[in-house]
Amino acid sequence: MSRHTLSVLVENKPGVLARVASLFSRRGFNIDSLAVGPTEHGDISRMTIVVNVEDLPLEQVTKQLNKLINVIKIVELDPAASVQRELMLVKVRADVETRSQVLELVQLFRARCVDVAQDAVTIEVTGTVDKLEAFIRVLEPFGIKELVQSGMVAIGRGARSITDRSLRALDRSA
Amino acid sequence: MSKTQATLQPLQGTSQPMTEQMTGAQALVRALEHVGVDTVFGIPGGAILPAYDPLFDSEKVRHVLVRHEQGAGHAAEGYAQATGRVGVCMATSGPGATNLVTPIADAYMDSVPIVAITGQVPSESIGTDAFQEADISGITMPITKHNFLVTDPADIPRTIAEAFHIASTGRPGPVLVDISKDALQKTMTFTWPQPMQLPGYRPVTRPHSKQIREAARLIASSKKPVLYVGGGVHRAGAARELRALAELTGIPVITTLMARGTFPDSHPLHLGMPGMHGTVAAVGSLQRADLIIALGARFDDRVTGKLSSFAPEAKIVHADIDPAEISKNRHADVPIVGDCREVLADLLVAVQAEIAARGLPPDGGMAGDYAEWWRTLNSWRDTYPLGYEDFADGSLAPQYVLRRLGAIAGPDTLYVAGVGQHQMWASQFIGYENPGTFINSGGLGTMGFAVPAAMGAKMGAPDKTVWAIDGDGCFQMTNQELATCALEGVPIKVAVINNGNLGMVRQWQTLFYEKRYSNTDLQSARRIPDFVKLSEAYGCVGLRCERPEDVDATIRKAMEINDVPVVVEFIVHKDAMVWPMVAAGTSNDDIKLARDMAPDWETGD
Repeated sequence: MSRHTLSVLVENKPGVLARVASLFSRRGFNIDSLAVGPTEHGDISRMTIVVNVEDLPLEQVTKQLNKLINVIKIVELDPAASVQRELMLVKVRADVETRSQVLELVQLFRARCVDVAQDAVTIEVTGTVDKLEAFIRVLEPFGIKELVQSGMVAIGRGARSITDRSLRALDRSA
Repeated sequence: MSKTQATLQPLQGTSQPMTEQMTGAQALVRALEHVGVDTVFGIPGGAILPAYDPLFDSEKVRHVLVRHEQGAGHAAEGYAQATGRVGVCMATSGPGATNLVTPIADAYMDSVPIVAITGQVPSESIGTDAFQEADISGITMPITKHNFLVTDPADIPRTIAEAFHIASTGRPGPVLVDISKDALQKTMTFTWPQPMQLPGYRPVTRPHSKQIREAARLIASSKKPVLYVGGGVHRAGAARELRALAELTGIPVITTLMARGTFPDSHPLHLGMPGMHGTVAAVGSLQRADLIIALGARFDDRVTGKLSSFAPEAKIVHADIDPAEISKNRHADVPIVGDCREVLADLLVAVQAEIAARGLPPDGGMAGDYAEWWRTLNSWRDTYPLGYEDFADGSLAPQYVLRRLGAIAGPDTLYVAGVGQHQMWASQFIGYENPGTFINSGGLGTMGFAVPAAMGAKMGAPDKTVWAIDGDGCFQMTNQELATCALEGVPIKVAVINNGNLGMVRQWQTLFYEKRYSNTDLQSARRIPDFVKLSEAYGCVGLRCERPEDVDATIRKAMEINDVPVVVEFIVHKDAMVWPMVAAGTSNDDIKLARDMAPDWETGD
């Protein structure tokens, strides 16, 4: 099994997320991570889906996704040629004695402290899956009270845009 | 940014767009008229009621009041398959809509173009568990090509245009349009034609020329090729192109359950149907082939048997309009995405080029050398033809009934089967010569398909004789549509092959469950119900036949009645079984001719 990151451009319509999610489950594919949000174009949303599958099933799931009428375009992003990020908010036990150590780690990981209380701090950090995992490991000894993580979002490196070309196609047909 | 639209032509263009104020319900009926609908099968109810009022006045759309929504769905399927146009069914919210689920799933599996229109509770009640509320768009998401929930009357005409376009193009399939009651009641401005907004829908119909050339090269260099023809060839209207390619090359043809009739059964190049109940020659041709040219077929488990031992020596050329079918079950060496008609037309030209390149006479045919291959195939075909045994007690063999029905009703009749033993015998013994003359439920295997689908087929093709072939189990699931047939003047003919049992299930119990016949005895032999009386109660003519010597006369009598539906009950022996058989989960190599009887593959070699 290997992880693949799919960027899926979809029409911004009700029920599209349900269509995509239910397609994965009924065809027997597990989603590792899913993030969805608007793009620079109001009619189009972008999903970033991380799946853990072999190459052949990946081809099948991509083809099945393409059959959904609301799916406009699918691009697999190569990790080496793209920027892939997750966001994490984590609430860590930190009293007067340990706070400075925690803040030092925040510095090291280029994270941000977004809330402070008497005996806890809340930290915001973005990065690759590996970085976030490493950050969790170093925070664990202090005591993690609560943790929330977003799905991964990803974008290709360089000047080319995957939305550009499909939008041009839309304009031509308009 | 301009409004996004697909480059799709409106279904029926008029030069001047027309604009008019009307209700959503009127807009729905008007849009249906514009896309060319002439028949709608359905049942009204609370949420869809507003639509039934203008439908009452339509001079172009005939509404057929069925007795169960499942019947409406299958009738739409039968209509679609008999006409090649989109079939339409209509139901109310909640239970009306959920009763359509089975035919929608059936149409999805067999790529039948239908549009289902359902009423939905008023938009402000959606999500409140209102009376007769069911999330039918959610429920049908995995079994429709696409579906819509419409809550704004202004969206109705465009949605109908899109629904019919999606259902009928690319790989055909069912589309559901769920419309809230308030959207039907509110006023809107109707305009036509409607620009479609489907930026993500671009079916590929033109095959890639490089792949076509590669396929032609493989055809010319293969020694043991076979054309594996599926329902997609008929859906594409490519029977003529198929025949031209087969005759040019001399490659053997096998036709799946969904493709029966696409290539004439009487044609010397035809080896019959592959699969679980296919002929030895067809199954063997796949297993020993060095090249399988799959056209509009999907390597279904009923065809491949155990996948790991399927066609071990074959390279695969796989042409289908749905890219997701290619390499889904079996890796394709040459994938071709495209409409089968265009694929076959291009392939024909490419093979002719191969023939010319090899210095062969242009119209002499034979791109490759298949003589050795045909010797093997012919020995299988001659040694193991389809057959059956008569019963010593003089009772009726079901295979005989179907053989005689095919002979008497002839190849221009539309045969519509249910699901089970009678369906397999209908596939094996009728004898199909024309595309689309065998309509049945293949992928989903829906018992109860035959009677309503035959009704729809007859309404779509009123000049054709339509014979439904049903079992006593299937017939008891949907026979209430006989009332619809009798009242609407739809004189279908129904052959009920009555063995008193759920025959196919019983066959499996005989073979795999030590003859423990758990819940397969319908006791129809006790005449509960009496099918002749039942048919008469429904305003049909009921006939019964119990002896081989009466079969011809009974069928002829049924053929003479053309003003009312006829039901003929054939009382057949319950121990008749469907052979050959590849048991589920086993290899095609282990096909049995009868219990414990396997073919000798080396015969005649």
